[in-house]
Amino acid sequence: MSLRIVVTVKYVPDATGDRHFADDLTVDRDDVDGLLSELDEYAVEQALQIAEDADDAEITVLTVGPEDAKDALRKALSMGADKAIHVEDDDLHGTDAIGTSLVLAKAIEKAGYDLVISGMASTDGTMGVVPALLAERLGVPQVTLLSEVSVEDGVVKGRRDGDAASEQLQASLPAVVSVTDQSGEARYPSFKGIMAAKKKPVQSWDLSDLDLEAEEVGLEGAWTAVDSAAARPARTAGTIVKDEGEGGKQLAEFLAGQKFI
Amino acid sequence: MAEVLVYVDHVDGAVRKPTLELLTLARRVGEPVAVALGAGAADTAAALAEHGAVKVLTHDAAEYADYLVVPKVDALQAAVAAVSPAAVLVPSSAEGKEIAARLALRIGSGIITDAVDLEAGDEGPVATQSVFAASFTTKSRVSKGTPVITVKPNSAAVEAAPAAGAVEALDVTFSAQATGTKVTGRTPRESTGRPELTEAAIVVSGGRGVNGAENFALIESLADSLGAAVGASRAAVDAGWYPHTNQVGQTGKSVSPQLYIASGISGAIQHRAGMQTSKTIVAINKDAEAPIFDLVDYGVVGDLFDVVPQLTEEIKVRKG
Ligand SMILES: Cc1cc2nc3c(=O)[nH]c(=O)nc-3n(C[C@H](O)[C@H](O)[C@H](O)COP(=O)(O)OP(=O)(O)OC[C@H]3O[C@@H](n4cnc5c(N)ncnc54)[C@H](O)[C@@H]3O)c2cc1C
Ligand SMILES: Nc1ncnc2c1ncn2[C@@H]1O[C@H](COP(=O)(O)O)[C@@H](O)[C@H]1O
Repeated sequence: MSLRIVVTVKYVPDATGDRHFADDLTVDRDDVDGLLSELDEYAVEQALQIAEDADDAEITVLTVGPEDAKDALRKALSMGADKAIHVEDDDLHGTDAIGTSLVLAKAIEKAGYDLVISGMASTDGTMGVVPALLAERLGVPQVTLLSEVSVEDGVVKGRRDGDAASEQLQASLPAVVSVTDQSGEARYPSFKGIMAAKKKPVQSWDLSDLDLEAEEVGLEGAWTAVDSAAARPARTAGTIVKDEGEGGKQLAEFLAGQKFI
Repeated sequence: MAEVLVYVDHVDGAVRKPTLELLTLARRVGEPVAVALGAGAADTAAALAEHGAVKVLTHDAAEYADYLVVPKVDALQAAVAAVSPAAVLVPSSAEGKEIAARLALRIGSGIITDAVDLEAGDEGPVATQSVFAASFTTKSRVSKGTPVITVKPNSAAVEAAPAAGAVEALDVTFSAQATGTKVTGRTPRESTGRPELTEAAIVVSGGRGVNGAENFALIESLADSLGAAVGASRAAVDAGWYPHTNQVGQTGKSVSPQLYIASGISGAIQHRAGMQTSKTIVAINKDAEAPIFDLVDYGVVGDLFDVVPQLTEEIKVRKG
């Protein structure tokens, strides 16, 4: 039987751009170019490697996001995923992590899966909670923050490098996995891959396709509220000296003045 | 006064500093009730009492060490049911965030992660967060259910505030999911004898400019002269010069020390994301145009192989 892998990928504003908030205190997605979250490229890469090692596997990439989020799906398809699902609905604007996990879980169930692979965190929200929430919602094991992962005979194994220890983990499929940026460099799409991606199927689903109501998602349905967002005041310009043989001593003098020595 | 649950991060009964900081914040919102799980749980009580815990709910079972995350969620959920708290505070470690998220979903509550401050508000606790690589500061609330909030290390001062800290056994029934992910092996991280990166008052970091694993000894000597933790940029980690556990930045640790010293680090946005909230920032870089200099309180344009040893020597002399 074929191994059905669903990779969740997020379309995010470029971190090197000038990111800011819109008037309704949601992330402004208009002024900064978007792209496939770099941390989700690692998830796509591990899916491709797992699929290569399996007899028969199919990789579906899934995103919940605005129209432009198709770019993220296209990138993942050009890396080698087989097909894509785009959940898009105007009512999704402003959805929080709990809501996003609801939509993703519904879509994953509808698509059918043996293995879900996510990134360690999105590069905009950086919460790193969606994979755990997916496992909770789907009622399957969570095997997260892996820097090494393999799948064999219906069992997923991996290494989780935590603060206090490095742990070896194991769970039976179906399961939700997330991988870190230590899991292995993501491949670049080849020219052939980019051409092939143009012909791969991208399905669009809206809330009604997932039997979800508008009130369950979006800014209204969010269980958290942002009351204010303020640009951090620019740091006041510091003192910069050129080392002409005494740089280390000058720095020590500064640190002593600040009572660090 | 309403009770506030505080999830205790401890190693065999030794309470880690971020938990003590949480007790400081919890006291702004209510009476702290601590939840300590696993081996040594009851040994945490004295430290927790000294910092304001009125009660310490404890439970030990093999499941906490043998399976990932879910047993702890089950226990915290049992504590919520027992106490009906006004809020639940969890340290913002990778595991802490996962526990908090699953708990929030189960109890029908919103979740805020990575708060850097917390105050009482008319509509419940208000959390301050630092977002977009610390370029914005937001204030947020949980608008549904019992607020579940994870708080970053170094977000509050540890304060002594003696309280009863009465130990009570927590009744926990594990869910069917609890044993889903088995921990089949564990290699504890070797202690370096230096302070914990996220908890340290001073962090000394090296980047690509350090140019080799062996040269990190320079960074370590400087760190040791100041009693500091050692950090590294991703470039240095990817090159294999320093362990990933010491990486500072978006995909590494987020630090907020009193003093951050960057040597041979350019200051890319992903690195800044993990250190920009440091109180005082110092950089040594031979390129006067390096973006890190936009952040510094004091910068030295120069070769780190000259500046760092001289600085270390001078610190030793001054400290006597
Ligand atoms: C999704 C994603 C996540 C990332 N996460 C992180 C993260 O968590 N942490 C992180 O750090 N990076 C992260 N990065 C990488 C980041 O973009 C930068 O590539 C990285 O921070 C660069 O490290 P660096 O400053 O050491 O190296 P460089 O940018 O190469 O800078 C080296 C600096 O050293 C200086 N130098 C060289 N020799 C000397 C000398 N002898 N004396 C003094 N100065 C010298 C140079 O002038 C230069 O400024 C991430 C990137 C992505 C895409
Ligand atoms: N809108 C989304 N669409 C698809 N996947 C998502 C979305 N948001 C989060 N994810 C997945 O969840 C991971 C963690 O995201 P987060 O919890 O938001 O930091 C990401 O790396 C993605 O794999």
